Amino acid sequence: MSRSPKTEQNQTPVITISDGTLIPQKGDGAVLSAWNIAFFGALIILALLCLFKPYPYRNILSFVPDGIVATLSVTFASIFFALIIGMIAGLGRISRNPVINLIATVYVEVVRGIPLLVQLFYIYFGIPQLIDHSPLKGIIHLNGPSSAIIAISICYGAYMAEIFRAGIQSLPKGQMEAALALGMSRGQAIRTVILPQTIKVILPPIGNEFIALLKDSSLVSMIAVSDLLRRGKEYASTSFEYFACYTVIALIYLIMTLFFSRLIAVMEAKLRHNGTNN
Amino acid sequence: MEPIISIRDARKNFGTLEVLHGINLDVSKGEVILVIGPSGSGKSTLLRSINRLEHLDSGTILVDGLDVNDPKTDIRLVREEAGMVFQSFNLFPHLSCIGNIMLSPTTVKKMPKAEARELAMKLLAKVGLAEKADSYPEQLSGGQQQRVAIARALAMNPKVMLFDEPTSALDPEMIKEVLDVMTDLAKDGMTMLVVSHEMGFARAAANRVVFMDKGEIIEQSTPEEFFTNPKEERARIFLDHIL
Repeated sequence: MSRSPKTEQNQTPVITISDGTLIPQKGDGAVLSAWNIAFFGALIILALLCLFKPYPYRNILSFVPDGIVATLSVTFASIFFALIIGMIAGLGRISRNPVINLIATVYVEVVRGIPLLVQLFYIYFGIPQLIDHSPLKGIIHLNGPSSAIIAISICYGAYMAEIFRAGIQSLPKGQMEAALALGMSRGQAIRTVILPQTIKVILPPIGNEFIALLKDSSLVSMIAVSDLLRRGKEYASTSFEYFACYTVIALIYLIMTLFFSRLIAVMEAKLRHNGTNN
Repeated sequence: MEPIISIRDARKNFGTLEVLHGINLDVSKGEVILVIGPSGSGKSTLLRSINRLEHLDSGTILVDGLDVNDPKTDIRLVREEAGMVFQSFNLFPHLSCIGNIMLSPTTVKKMPKAEARELAMKLLAKVGLAEKADSYPEQLSGGQQQRVAIARALAMNPKVMLFDEPTSALDPEMIKEVLDVMTDLAKDGMTMLVVSHEMGFARAAANRVVFMDKGEIIEQSTPEEFFTNPKEERARIFLDHIL
């Protein structure tokens, strides 16, 4: 009995809150219909606004498409590099080499402790000053979009690293042992046995990170990238149509995130299916 | 005859618990040995030390002349010579049965795919599962999975096979199909070290029973003698419990 307080403490329920609810689960009727209401509602509102109030709504809508392209380019490029960085750092986090392990862990801890906006400013405004005082002056030039992609990739790479680490560690220990017992090196085992299984486990959290990244990409409007938000701001500051402008911007972001979350859910379901019946 | 596995004074602690307490054991080529004993007696640890899934604290293990615990030994060579079958099968769920078997020959030995496929089909036929080549592990019963796991280990053409409680995770009606495959393997002359309590298999295929308790080898004899007339008190008590 004297140990019971400790036991109780250990049994404190843990709740995890993630962006997961954005991604509808298969067979989750409530979420699915919520998705329908939000997605088609946003589309219909946007269409009605353009139809009945062409000025300013249709004008705004025709002003922002290159912003959408910029937002999507930054998002896709960043998620691509973040996945590569995340895989390398995630493997580093489980490496038996203490130096590699320490480097990966410090990277993850440092990057996750600094706001993305600060990292963006650091790379866009800070680093160029450093380059100007180094022999690299004139050789390396970081423009807005490349700074944005570098900063977001480094930032999200740290979160991806934790996803890769957790995914790899979620596999039964026997998988690695079986591969080693067959004469494989650790590298071969990771490449042919561990990572292919990890991908399936980590696709849902990676989907969530992708949606979060898409939204966070709006931060690049603070450095010289003409993304969706910045295009909206540009239009608003000349026309003074703040309400209309940010309504359209919000609706477009909503439509994009809902569209991609649905796409990810479908991909997941497909992948799960393939694993069993292929 | 030169032993293919030679274990000398093998010792291993998990914290303060001594799991291997100075084990000496020689396994000759072609010999089939059943290692038996109460849980926690160190039998699995001993088996897993042979291909260095566990590290010994002291002592030596030679597998076909290779010193397992010498840091200079390429442990992969030992593992190629000593195939292992696990209690929980550990098939790779993302690969089909034939994919499971082909993976190691193509990855480690760089065997061409066609040749590996041919080898895998031959091994699947040997364990009676040729028709399951393209099935995935989760579509198979436990007994079938374990037979695929045996075929997978055989694909590296090992000189010794290590079985770590191969039937303990199986439903009773599936045990026989796995033991039959193992018995066939023994008849083919494979050197086998089997941690198991399957007396039927011991009687049918084993040359020697090794009884372990508390990290020591207590008694070694032929299956017939061990099961009918154990010499040591601890072996007698143990047999009373499992019979």
